[in-house]
Amino acid sequence: MKPGHGEVLIAEGDVERADDEQRLIEEFRRQLDAGLWAAVPVADKEGRRESIMVRTFEEIPWDADRVIFFPRAAGGR
Amino acid sequence: MLLALAATALVALALLSDLIVPRLDDLWGRWRARRQRAPTWSYDPGRDRRAEQRARALLRSCVNEEEWAMYRDLGLLRVWGTLADGPEDAGGTGGAPYAYIIYPHRPIIAYLAQTHRLLNEYCVTFPDETRPYGSSRLPDSDDVLAKWMALTGDERRLIATANMHLPGRQLDPAQVRRDLWRLSQWERARMRQLAGGDGTTTPPDRQSAA
Repeated sequence: MKPGHGEVLIAEGDVERADDEQRLIEEFRRQLDAGLWAAVPVADKEGRRESIMVRTFEEIPWDADRVIFFPRAAGGR
Repeated sequence: MLLALAATALVALALLSDLIVPRLDDLWGRWRARRQRAPTWSYDPGRDRRAEQRARALLRSCVNEEEWAMYRDLGLLRVWGTLADGPEDAGGTGGAPYAYIIYPHRPIIAYLAQTHRLLNEYCVTFPDETRPYGSSRLPDSDDVLAKWMALTGDERRLIATANMHLPGRQLDPAQVRRDLWRLSQWERARMRQLAGGDGTTTPPDRQSAA
């Protein structure tokens, strides 16, 4: 998520391919180092949607099709 | 005679060089600066609109169909609370179900689901510190999605991060109660439609929809 842009594709690839996975890991770390939060939207069997906040690449569910990065929350006025 | 004049001129020039050279250097720099093309920022009036359209598409792909319809029709999103005794600083809910109302770029409102008693306002923002485009505001739907993800992913952390205020600090409690009433009306109408009703239900007014 970017102000003025909305959704921006940062990187994509197949985690079963070693070179893709390495690239995705590096990009994931770069985004978190930049101060962003990462979340994975998921759905359960009843159709209920929620998200999983992930702090490491290993926490991303294996079958996740995307990770959404968004600015870190801060207290507002 | 001519030689003497030339020598005198050279000496004078050498003596005045400390004054002349910096001025010449300064004039040269100014001339070069004037020649450089200044960067221009062309205003694109459709940029924010396109960003919001992309944000709505992303939100729609993340929440379920009912939540998307709720946001589309009412301009707000409800998220059920999951903490056993309600959010911190809310004085405890005694195990009663509670929920949050998410508005774009407005505080999150916690309330008791059955009585509609307002618990707290949670002021939270998602500022982009890089500010690459002169604004730190996410599109409305991205702000709603960020709150939804943070609440459903780690409710406790988001509530701890937010600045908590009593109801009424920013949002008029009467307006919030009216939105909760609209939400309940909307849910009834939706239930009737899903149950195969006559399909002529009138949606609640949408005056405060985003």
